[in-house]
Formats: sequence, structure tokens, C-alpha cells
Amino acid sequence: MSETIQEKLNNYKTAPFDARFPNTNQTRNCYQNYVDYHRCNKALEAKGQDLTPCQWYMRVYKSLCPNSWVSRWDEQIENGSFAGKI
Amino acid sequence: MAHPTQSGFQDAASPLMEELLHFHDHTLMVILMISTLVLYTIITMTLAKLTDMLVLDSQEIEVIWTILPAIVLTFIALPSLRILYLMDEVSDPHLTIKATGHQWYWSYEYSDYENLEFDAYMIPTQDLTPGQFRLLEADHRMVIPVESPIRALVSAEDVLHSWAHPRPGIKVDAIPGRLNQTTFMASHPGVFFGQCSEICGANHSFMPIAIEAVPLPHFENWTSLMIEDA
Repeated sequence: MSETIQEKLNNYKTAPFDARFPNTNQTRNCYQNYVDYHRCNKALEAKGQDLTPCQWYMRVYKSLCPNSWVSRWDEQIENGSFAGKI
Repeated sequence: MAHPTQSGFQDAASPLMEELLHFHDHTLMVILMISTLVLYTIITMTLAKLTDMLVLDSQEIEVIWTILPAIVLTFIALPSLRILYLMDEVSDPHLTIKATGHQWYWSYEYSDYENLEFDAYMIPTQDLTPGQFRLLEADHRMVIPVESPIRALVSAEDVLHSWAHPRPGIKVDAIPGRLNQTTFMASHPGVFFGQCSEICGANHSFMPIAIEAVPLPHFENWTSLMIEDA
């Protein structure tokens, strides 16, 4: 239970079961992890801390989200037109 | 794959499909027994020479033929609910594969580690080699390791599609903007064919899915080769 984040990242197989999203519709799971990754980056950068913990969210969204969605959102973030709050 | 004049299900390729097959056999047997009984009753009553004109009602038989069907129905309902909940069991998948429907092909992404993506188009009939199956073969098969729980996330890029294969017992709708999850496990190695199951335009019948379940070392070889070729 007290695995460090590095161990968790090393042992990563695929996105684990997330009890917040127990049902068939996993759209929100993908979106939430994507948004959490960027929020985590923003928060930890502001504090000047290491960004490694945020890698977990990245691994999960990369597993779950279709690549076309990720590229579209990445573009929107670059343009400043991403609808989510980061 | 299905055979000509086949009337039953194809052999199960996953434990869940096996359960569904057994349930279907059980329920069909119940239905056949009831239908036989009813048919027999109808025939004998129709062909009987004697008629009782004074029978108006009968409480006893009414009670019996209400209670007995209720009991029969519980014998059907209990296995049915068991399988329903079994299908929703939380599993710990070993691998996540995204299947996206397009007009008119499927694309697969394996992005847990490296990013492996490829498209799978149907092999046209004139390009089939001897022994291949018409309208079922795809130029790239979705390879999975055998006996590993797999999470499949199904979506679509344009219109509605449906990712279906009878042998593992999978049918998941592919809806643009939505990610539908299903988990399954191939019980034995083999190639399992499926076809798009939601009308999606001119070539709806010509976008099959071929899943190939192989032992883990073969799967690892295949992923390395596919990534190199990409």
C-alpha cells in the first residue's frame, strides 16, 4: 500500500479499476485523468516540486483515451481553447 | 466462424460466453417442454370426441397453472440474473485496447506502454488466399494474449458502429464522443471473427473484426514487430 509513486509507475500494467467510474461509460474516466494530469503539472510547477507524481495520470489517460481525442485536446490547450478548467 | 445452415451459437471462446450458452440451452429446454405440453393439450382437446358442456370454471386448476409457471420462471430468472451480474463483475485487466469504428474500418490502439496503432480493413473477396473466409478476414488482426483479462474501450469517429463478435460473446456499441468499456478473456488460442453490428452506411457489412488470441510470448513478438514496422 505504501508504494512510492516510482514503484507504482514501474509496475504499471494498464489503467486499474477506478471506483469513481464503475460502469460501461468510461468517457469521464479518460477526460478526468487527462485534466488531472494537466492540473497536477500546473500545481506542482507552481510549487517548484518534482513532476513525477503527475506521470501516473498521464499513463492512465494514455491507456484510456483514444489518441485522436488526446491530440485534439492538446491542440486546444495550445490554442487556449480547451473547455476544461486547468 | 459461422457455418452454412448453422442454427445454434458458435463455440464459446470466453468463460462468459460459455455461461450464456449454458443458460440459453437451459431456457430453450424449458420452453420446448412447455411448448410440447401445450401442443399436446391442444391436439388432444381438439380431437376429443366427448365434450363436457357444464364445465364453467375450476379454481383448483387455475391455482395450479398459475403457481407452476411462477416456479418455472424463477428457475429461469435466477440463472439469468446470476449471469447479468457476472457480466458486470469488476475485473483487473492486464491490457487495454481501444477499438474505434470508422466508415468503413476499425482502428486499434494499444497504448499502455508504447503507442501501437493500426487500421484493419476487410480483405476484398478478390484478394483472398485459399482457405481465408469471405467478408470476415481483415488485413490486420487484433492480437491479444490468451487467458488474460482484456479491457476493450470502444468508440467511433464518425457514425454509430458496433463492435461485435459472437464467440467471445461481445457486442459493444461504438458511439462518437463516448467510450464504452467491456472486459473479456479469451479462454483458448484461436481466431475469432466478428462484424460491425450497427448500420453505418454503404460498407456496413464489409468492416469485419478479426481477433487472434495467442500465447503471451507470441503476443509480445507481434507487438514488437508491429511497432518496428510502424
